[in-house]
Amino acid sequence: MLRASVIVFPGSNCDRDIKVAIEDVTGFPVNMVWHGDATVPASDIIVLPGGFSYGDYLRCGAMAAHSPIMRDVVAKAKAGTPVLGICNGFQVLCESGLLPGVLMRNASLKFVCRDVLVRVENDETFFTKCYRDDLVIRIPVAHAEGNYFTDEDTLDRLEDEGRIVFRYCDEEGEASEAANPNGSQRNIAGICDETGKILGMMPHPERLHELALGGSDGRRILESILVSQLEAFG
Amino acid sequence: MKARIKITLKNGVLDPQGKAIQHAVAALGIPGVEDVRQGKYIEVVLAEKTEEKAREAVERMCKDLLANTVIENYSYELVETP
Repeated sequence: MLRASVIVFPGSNCDRDIKVAIEDVTGFPVNMVWHGDATVPASDIIVLPGGFSYGDYLRCGAMAAHSPIMRDVVAKAKAGTPVLGICNGFQVLCESGLLPGVLMRNASLKFVCRDVLVRVENDETFFTKCYRDDLVIRIPVAHAEGNYFTDEDTLDRLEDEGRIVFRYCDEEGEASEAANPNGSQRNIAGICDETGKILGMMPHPERLHELALGGSDGRRILESILVSQLEAFG
Repeated sequence: MKARIKITLKNGVLDPQGKAIQHAVAALGIPGVEDVRQGKYIEVVLAEKTEEKAREAVERMCKDLLANTVIENYSYELVETP
């Protein structure tokens, strides 16, 4: 049976939401795994949820990246287990070195909590195959540190390798400055690793995964997880 | 031994907090402030008595945790504690 694990850090606050969304869309049973545990149970998908792990002390995600469970998450990710980091989870992925770069304080210095539009840039990753390239989706963000930064060489590499998965855009799909909620370089909203199986994204797919929530554009991330895993099992 | 660690943003990394501080200083009516960059100051007390070992420990904690070297530089001084 396919299984999911959601890592729970002190200060995580979207862990239950993503659990419900995974159960709802994929039917996978979900383990809630405490940050102090040494190992993640065998999983077909590991999620690092949104929230404020360790109160955002030092830097967002920095303490969580060094928590006991992360050693095993990093090991399993490197061995091929897909990992999705949402919001604070994206920050943890960057701080733990599974993804390059860092999420800095928003250029506006404000906490931004609203729906934004993002353009799908790569529909071939583990997490996005149920979307189509250039599709514009509506999805909520809620963060004060979502301003993606890395050096120019790394940005070019991400671009060339198709690892920029989502970009903030306007209604026409233009990645304009006005559509960028946080000052992120090249309007980056989400990136993946070389294999497309580790995705970090600032927007919250679980918050719009069914129409009762006001929209379902985030649902296809979860559907993609299901389809990808079913394909893997032939 | 005590380590006094300073963590600063690298040159060229945007510092919106520094900019906000600069504007607030101007609002105080203090003219001539051309730039503000903010950072962190951390004091760590080490049981280690030898400078070499203390340096090793501080380097490691700076690189692995205290600073994110994608955007930050760190520097430190070691002082004897009584």
